[in-house]
Amino acid sequence: MLSKVFATIAVVITGGLLLYGVYDFPSFGDPNSPPNAGVEGGADSVSQYFITQTYNDSKVPNIVTAVLADYRGYDTMFETVVVFAAGIAIFCIMRSLGNANDPAKEKDEMHSFTHGDHNRIIIGTTCRIVVPIVQIFALYVIAHGHYSPGGGFQGGVLLGASFILLALSSDLNAALKRLSEKNYFALAAIGVLIYAGFGLVAQFLGANFLEYGVLQPLLFTDGPEMARSHSMLGVEIGVAFTVMAIMFSIYANLSTRGTLKNGL
Amino acid sequence: MIFTFDFVILIFMVVAAIIALNVKDLLSASMIFGIYGFLICLLWAEMGAVDVAFTEAAVGAGVSAVLFIATVFNTKRKSSD
Repeated sequence: MLSKVFATIAVVITGGLLLYGVYDFPSFGDPNSPPNAGVEGGADSVSQYFITQTYNDSKVPNIVTAVLADYRGYDTMFETVVVFAAGIAIFCIMRSLGNANDPAKEKDEMHSFTHGDHNRIIIGTTCRIVVPIVQIFALYVIAHGHYSPGGGFQGGVLLGASFILLALSSDLNAALKRLSEKNYFALAAIGVLIYAGFGLVAQFLGANFLEYGVLQPLLFTDGPEMARSHSMLGVEIGVAFTVMAIMFSIYANLSTRGTLKNGL
Repeated sequence: MIFTFDFVILIFMVVAAIIALNVKDLLSASMIFGIYGFLICLLWAEMGAVDVAFTEAAVGAGVSAVLFIATVFNTKRKSSD
């Protein structure tokens, strides 16, 4: 009870400080604020450059993807590494917990009921129809990420969700048969390596890390702009590999306490 | 940006957040947290940040709700406080 009082006080103070910080924000749609600068008679800023020059620099219509994968590609690379590290951490924690205590011990009545019921024909059939559609949509989201909303993270999550759906509808083993533990961790590592590989190759060709323009001779493109566009696609494929594998590994480990048996 | 739409979504978000914190059944709490994520996704889509909304719909409303539910089934279902 006392801890709840302290938690409430801490939350109120933190929330008050955050609300106080909001007063320093520019108002919504203010043309002179840094995020909107240069829109119409506002101050010059870096966003003006992105809005006007992204298409000339890289032939990518979706500015968000261009900023994510190219202009601040270094940041996104380490975001991918963070996802990878989170997956490894959850794997380590759950695996050591799974060996420590018997998972069959503290199961709810509810849990054993859902677990024993494997004749879920309607759910199983629906999911088998839905999974390929989800996967094709995920591939579209990844491949079309620099033309429309989407990209590696979203597509990777959708791909991971399709495997989770398979595990939910029938059994974790059904999903593990298609994507085993060895394979998904290999895929997660390959994803990060693809991303870092693009940077390293650019470095070997004499440019900065992740400066995709110099990859033009390797990608057989018309100019450095198209090389940047194609490299963004390649980088997003790497992100998608990592995110897909880690999402599925987190689900598989969390739902089985790290034993990878039975599942929900 | 439509003010009434924003206002309704924000009201629903506050209600969903309070319910998710106070409800005893952890399964309901994680479902309501998924609803909360979906409402943020709607708000972002309405403000024109479609990429962020897409990520929130996939991660916040979709996968994280499933991960919460998977965790709830491995614990006791009712909260003690």
